[in-house]
Amino acid sequence: MRRRSLLLQVGVSVLLLAFLALLVNNLAVNLLRTGLGLDFGWLGRPSGFALAESALPYTPSDNYLWALTIGWLNSLKVIAAGLVLATLLGVAAGAARSSSNRLLRSLAGGYVAVIRQVPLLLQLLFWYFVAFLGLPETPIGDLIQLSNQGISLLGMPLSVEFCAVLTGLTVFTGASIAEIVRGGVNAVPRGQWEAFRSLGLSEGLGFRRIVLPQALPAILPALTSQYLNLAKNSTLAIAVGYADLYAVSDTTITQTGRAIEGFLLLLISFLLLNLLISGGMAGINATVLGRMRRSR
Amino acid sequence: METSAVRQEGLRIWDNPSRIVPTLMFRTCNRLLVGATVGLAALVGGCASMDGASVSRLDLVKQRGELLCGVSGKIPGFSFLSAEGAYTGLDVDICRAMAAAFVGDAEKVQYRPLTAPERFTALRSGEIDLLSRNTTWTLSRDSAGGNGLSFGPVVFHDGQGLLVPEAAGIRSLKDLSGKAICVGSGTTTEQNLNDTFAAEGIPYTPIKYQDLNQVVGGYLQGRCAAMTSDRSQLASARSGFADPEKHVILADRLSKEPLAPAVVGGDQTMADAMTWVVLALIEAEERGITQANVNAMVEQAEADASQTALRRFLGIDGALGSKLGLPDDFVVQVIRATGNYGEIYDRHLGPATPVAIPRGANRLAENGGLMIAPPFT
Repeated sequence: MRRRSLLLQVGVSVLLLAFLALLVNNLAVNLLRTGLGLDFGWLGRPSGFALAESALPYTPSDNYLWALTIGWLNSLKVIAAGLVLATLLGVAAGAARSSSNRLLRSLAGGYVAVIRQVPLLLQLLFWYFVAFLGLPETPIGDLIQLSNQGISLLGMPLSVEFCAVLTGLTVFTGASIAEIVRGGVNAVPRGQWEAFRSLGLSEGLGFRRIVLPQALPAILPALTSQYLNLAKNSTLAIAVGYADLYAVSDTTITQTGRAIEGFLLLLISFLLLNLLISGGMAGINATVLGRMRRSR
Repeated sequence: METSAVRQEGLRIWDNPSRIVPTLMFRTCNRLLVGATVGLAALVGGCASMDGASVSRLDLVKQRGELLCGVSGKIPGFSFLSAEGAYTGLDVDICRAMAAAFVGDAEKVQYRPLTAPERFTALRSGEIDLLSRNTTWTLSRDSAGGNGLSFGPVVFHDGQGLLVPEAAGIRSLKDLSGKAICVGSGTTTEQNLNDTFAAEGIPYTPIKYQDLNQVVGGYLQGRCAAMTSDRSQLASARSGFADPEKHVILADRLSKEPLAPAVVGGDQTMADAMTWVVLALIEAEERGITQANVNAMVEQAEADASQTALRRFLGIDGALGSKLGLPDDFVVQVIRATGNYGEIYDRHLGPATPVAIPRGANRLAENGGLMIAPPFT
C-alpha cells in the first residue's frame, strides 16, 4: 500500500512536470514561430500615454517602466486602503452577527447574504455607474464634497474611479471577513462570555479584550487568503476606469506588442505584492500565537 | 470520454495529431508513471524537430471544415448579435466570405467575441484563424518586431473622432482643455488621443475603460466631457442612445484608421488567401457582379469565350484559385454567399440602416473613393 502511494506521488509529480514542460515548450515554439525572443528593451522608451491619476509626478514622455510603476503604486494605494477598511468593516459586521442585539444581528446577516451572492464585477459596476456617477455634477456636502467629477475628503481629492473600486473591494471583502470573524468568535467557548459578563465588563469591552484575542488564531490564516483575494480582485478596476497596474499593462501591451513580457511583468508584480501580504500576515500570526503561548 | 478530451486539447496545442499518441497511454493508475515518462520524452524529442511554420493555417481550416473568426460582437453595423442570436455586420460578412472561399460554406464560421486587448493574443496563440474586428492596420502591428501580424486589404477607411453633447457648447479640440475624455483601453485610439492633444499642447484627463460599452456608460453618465473612438463606432454607439440627435461628432479628425482583417504573420498562403478574398469583393463591385446576378454572369461567361478577363475572375479559365490554395471558383462561392463589397456595405452601414455612415472614402476608386483591386491575372 505504501509503495503504491509513493508510486502515485512520483507519477503525479512527473505528470505535473510534463504539463509544465508542455506549457514552456508551447511558449518557446510560439515565440520562435513568430520570430520573437523575450526582450525588455522597450521598458526604457517613452510611454506616450497619459494617466488619469498618479501618486508621483508622471507625464506621457516618461518611460514605460515608470508608467508601470505608477500603475503599481495606484494598485498598492487602493489595495492598502481596501485592506484596512475591509478589516474594520468585516470585524464590525462579524461582531454584529454574534451580537445579542437582534436588529444588529439581522442587519449584518443581510449584508453578508446579499454581498456574497453577487459577483464582484457587477458590484463594482453598480458602485461606479449607479452610486458614484449618479452624484450631481456640482459638489454637495461640506467637509466631504461629493460630485460625479471627484470626491474631496477633508480637502484631499479622490477620483470617483478610486472611490468606486475602494468601496467595491471593501464591501465585498468585508462580507467574507465578517463570516471568518463570526466563525472565529463562535470557536471561543461560551464560558468566556459568561466569565467577562460576571466580571461586570460591558459587551463591547468584553468582545474586544476577552473574546476577539482568543478568536484571532482561528481568524488570521483565513484572513490572509481574503487579503490575497482583495489584492487580486483589484485588477477588476479597469472595468470602472481606474488606472491600476493591470490597466497600465494593458495599454503597454497593445502599444508595444510585447504581450508575453507584459504578462510576465504583471505576474511578477502581483507575486511580489502577494508575497508581501502573506509574509506580513505570517509575521502577525507568529506574534499573536507567541503572545498567546506566553500569556498561558 | 477522457481520452478524447485529451486528444482534442492536444490537437489545439500542437496542431499536429501525430504527437498526441503518447499521451493516450495514461489509462490506469499503474501505467501512469510509464505513460508520463514516455509523454515527457515525446515532448522533449518533439522540441528538437518542431518547425511550426511548415503547415499553413489555411490547410488547418480546410481540414477542420470551419473557420474560427475573431470579432468584436459589440459594434452595430460591424459585428453585433442580432435579435435572432446570429452575428451580423460588415466584419462578420468578411468572416463569411472567407469561410465561403476556404471551406465552401459561409455558415461554417465559429465566431469568437474578443475585447481589444485580447484580440492579438487570441490570434497569435492560435485560438482564432482570422481576426475581423475593427482593427487598424499599423506598422507596429504588421511588423515582425511588433505584433507580427499580416494584414489584408482595408475593408473600411475610418478615422478617429470625438462625440460631445450638443448642449455643452464644445465645437473644437481647444474647448476640451482640462476636461476628462472617456476612451477604451488597448486600442490605437488612446495613443492617437494623446498624440493629438500633446501636439496641440492641450491638457486633458483620460478616463480609460476596458470596452466600448463602459466608455459609452461613462460618457452618458456625465463623467467625461467627450468620448473618443473611431467615427464608425461613435456613429453606431450613438444609434443606440435614447436621444441620438443631442450628440454631435466634432469635425476634428484625430487619425486615419484603415480597418483591415489580419492573420498571423509568416504564413504567406493564409495571408494571400485572405487578401484576395477581400479584393474579390471589390473587383466584383467594379464589374457589377452581385449576389443576384452572379449565376447569370457565370452562365454568360461560360458561353462566351471572348470574355477572357471575366472568365479568369470567375474561375472558368486560368486556375487563379489554385495558385492561392483555394478552389478555382472561390470568387463565385464568395459572391453567392455575401454579395460584392458595395452590397455588404449597404446591408450593414447604408442609408437604410440605423447606423447610416456615408460611404465617403469607402467608395470605389472610380467613384472618387479609395477602394480598388489589383488585376486578377
